Amino acid sequence: MTLDVLAFWVLAVVLVGSALAVVLSKNLFHAVLWLALALTGTAGIFLILEAEFLAAVQLLLYAGGIVTIMVFAIVVTERLVGESISQTNRRIAAGALVVAVLAGTIVTTIWRQPLTAAAAAQTGDVTRDIGQAVMTRYVLPFELLALLMLAGLMGAIYFARPDD
Amino acid sequence: MPLEAYLTLAAIVFCIGMFGVITRRNTIGILLGIELMLNAVNINLVAFARYHGDVTGMVFTVFTICITVTEAALGLAIVILLFRIRRTVMADHLDLLKG
Repeated sequence: MTLDVLAFWVLAVVLVGSALAVVLSKNLFHAVLWLALALTGTAGIFLILEAEFLAAVQLLLYAGGIVTIMVFAIVVTERLVGESISQTNRRIAAGALVVAVLAGTIVTTIWRQPLTAAAAAQTGDVTRDIGQAVMTRYVLPFELLALLMLAGLMGAIYFARPDD
Repeated sequence: MPLEAYLTLAAIVFCIGMFGVITRRNTIGILLGIELMLNAVNINLVAFARYHGDVTGMVFTVFTICITVTEAALGLAIVILLFRIRRTVMADHLDLLKG
């Protein structure tokens, strides 16, 4: 068993386990912390796939940014007085059934016929390739993304403005 | 590892996230599920990019990460606004539009 395979299995177990903890834990605060672990595990998967830049972006934006604002939102909205209200609705069985069927369908479809077996040879610096692609071929989506983020963040500030 | 292993892992994480979206009552919990689903999609994109030797998937991953951050900020702003108006963030209590 090579190091790559071992790392994949360890990260897969961490990722699936923490994802289950995110959706199943009773305490929403714990769920957010499990989400941070799941996102870090994903960064590890990106590292196995030799996408170091994406792993760094994942850690900075997701595990750093999103988890922080999630914690803020929980602190603002939860009534932390120890009342034990059910965190799940009555559709657990139906939801589990739907999700299991969907997972089974996707997984059987994936394994029905062999896909590319071996990874393509890595040529050159992936980070530089990403940068060049963003600045040449995908420059229009990139600028649109900047516009979208500006609009989204202005909207968020507008929503969260103090009462007047 | 074969490409299928990554796709299977992503599919499982996606379905777990979807389960969270379906079953959580708390709006923030639903947003957590959506984050998991988008995260699984990112794994797919990076795996395909790596196994086809094409950087496009990774560029799209950068885009989806940025869009997800915007979505999370906006979604949580809406949650805070809802809490201010209704004093609750439970999705089944938010029935303002129900006729």
